[in-house]
Amino acid sequence: MKYLSEYRDERIARALAAEIAQAITRPWVIMEICGGQTHTIMRYGLDELLPRQVELVHGPGCPVCVTPLETIDGAITLALRPEVILVSYGDMLRVPGSQADLFHARAQGADVRVVYSPLEALKLARENPQRKVVFLAIGFETTAPANAMAAWQARQQGLDNFFLLVSHVLVPPAIRGLLTSPANRVQAFIAPGHVCTVMGCGEYEALVRDFRVPMVVGGFEPVDILQAVLMLVRQLEAGDARLENQYVRSVNYEGNLPAQRVVAEVFEVADQKWRGIGPIPQSGLRLRPEFAHYDAVQHFALQGHSVEEPAECISAQVLQGLKKPTDCPAFGMRCTPENPLGAPMVSSEGACAAYYRYRRHAVAS
Amino acid sequence: MADRPSIAMLSCPAPWRSDGTILLGHGSGGKLSAELVRSLFLPAFANPLLARLDDQATLQINGQRLAFTTDSFVVKPLFFPGGDIGTLAVNGTINDLAMGGAQPLFLSAAFILEEGFPVEALRRIVFSMQQAANAAGVQIVTGDTKVVERGKGDGIFINTTGIGVVPDGVELSASQARPGDKVILSGSIGEHGIAILAQREGLEFETTIVSDCAAMHTLTAAMLAASHGLRCMRDPTRGGLSSTLNEIAEQSRVSVELEETNIPVHEEVAGACELLGLDPLYVANEGKLVAIVAPGDAEAVLAAMRQHPLGREAQVIGTVKAADVAPVTMRTNLGTTRIVDMLAGDQLPRIC
Repeated sequence: MKYLSEYRDERIARALAAEIAQAITRPWVIMEICGGQTHTIMRYGLDELLPRQVELVHGPGCPVCVTPLETIDGAITLALRPEVILVSYGDMLRVPGSQADLFHARAQGADVRVVYSPLEALKLARENPQRKVVFLAIGFETTAPANAMAAWQARQQGLDNFFLLVSHVLVPPAIRGLLTSPANRVQAFIAPGHVCTVMGCGEYEALVRDFRVPMVVGGFEPVDILQAVLMLVRQLEAGDARLENQYVRSVNYEGNLPAQRVVAEVFEVADQKWRGIGPIPQSGLRLRPEFAHYDAVQHFALQGHSVEEPAECISAQVLQGLKKPTDCPAFGMRCTPENPLGAPMVSSEGACAAYYRYRRHAVAS
Repeated sequence: MADRPSIAMLSCPAPWRSDGTILLGHGSGGKLSAELVRSLFLPAFANPLLARLDDQATLQINGQRLAFTTDSFVVKPLFFPGGDIGTLAVNGTINDLAMGGAQPLFLSAAFILEEGFPVEALRRIVFSMQQAANAAGVQIVTGDTKVVERGKGDGIFINTTGIGVVPDGVELSASQARPGDKVILSGSIGEHGIAILAQREGLEFETTIVSDCAAMHTLTAAMLAASHGLRCMRDPTRGGLSSTLNEIAEQSRVSVELEETNIPVHEEVAGACELLGLDPLYVANEGKLVAIVAPGDAEAVLAAMRQHPLGREAQVIGTVKAADVAPVTMRTNLGTTRIVDMLAGDQLPRIC
């Protein structure tokens, strides 16, 4: 495929890996933030191509993984109400809440629908005026504009049977949290290309300045990731700390300004709990008071409750890059994609599931 | 019979992971389906013919060997580019017979119709079945019709059962793959699943992706005529190529190593999969087969396949190895190795 096969070319990939091997003189720990990048690394076995001194650790950028248990439980509770149509992105359906997942809710009679865009949920609300349509609005800055647009259009169209169950997270506060943690080992970051496509690069420049840590905004294909690693290794070896943009075909400095405007009009920044990590101040989005009418939590008076993760699950350390999925005694034994203990084993972008799907052979040998 | 299972055996030895209810994933052809078969149906109906877990049972009756198979069709949408539920119901069962090396002869057709279903749609579907059966030279010789109340069905469900004759000397089974054997794929993957998905979700691409739905018994006959070294044939329908190869590897207690660069995927399917976050290895096919062939016979089989319209793009896509940690691995186009796992349930579109 034009514009894609070039980024999966063996010759280019191997040349980049050789350049990295030539540039590196000592071990470095590099984190890729985004789950899509983790998926590519595992699917293409990029770590096999890299010199041993490069340690890739996997960041918290899987939106499905970090959605709190309470939100999943809330979605299931709402889905089981007879008047509700619960609408979600596909891969949320298998994420375990504290008791069950949305697939089980569906088997019990809940009306759960999968869409590719929240605007389809809006259409469902128009077509089913006697029902209440709840959209499970999760994700990073990448899904926020479309989710915001759904609320904005619902207001334009005067819909009163459309609601959002919001659990939105923001990348920069999470990186800030990682870098201020005394346990941090990460020395450089591949910043999330799609998030930066929307939000631009300014926030990451501030992180580079405040923590003197090299960052490269990276894409999602094998060649993108290897090139980003090369750029980071060169900075690390030279003692530099700059923001560079590898993903120039998609990201510019300002980002997508109209998308940012609609997000700012509908949402405001708020404290947010991350599954597996805990609360991070000012790291999420909630509906502004003007849009409170569309807030499913308020409309259905959803009771907040606190749920404990299974004690055995080490997803907190995995999502912070402190441990690899394979360091977990439950990995592949008591925790598998069919029977996940924690969310990183569920989504194909979760670090544990990516290891399980693509790299079990390397673990065993 | 000493080996008849007791009722106690019906309570599954492995933990029953769903909370006592059937999930959609149990019908996906992935791990949940396999678990249901292993933990409930196999012990309940235990017999050596079933235990082979092939797409068809091969029965010996009065010295004649018959292949016997059944399949139910619940596809939505009912009509799609390249076919409809009727074409699928005929060709799907013909293919299940053909994969056992059989010459398909007779089919049954059972219809479960929902009250309110338009007769005109049923007429179109039945016409498709007639056309498909005629084209394949099989007869539909018995059938049944039931109607369920409105809301208790999904328009129409069709079940077809098929019988065919297995020629002398043909012994195919998914348990016969041996280290060194070659894995041959008859053509490009993913077209049926993506055609259905695009139609169902109203996704529009620049070119319409057409289902590959086809009856493959003449292709299999040509392959059998070209070689006595065929070990096994399978059509990778639900669950896609990955599930089929995982099943073969497991049943033969071997592993399979694939070469990513040799697996044909048409550009429009690859593009749609990129867009939707799907992996073509897990997408359904209805007119493709994968064959395990003794190493010395691979060239002859490949040549015979490429002579046939349904096998023009046939490729050797991998090699059978001794059993390893993972049943199926793949050398990626970057030269690295990864596992090709069986999915738990249906493949889910990714969020971003």
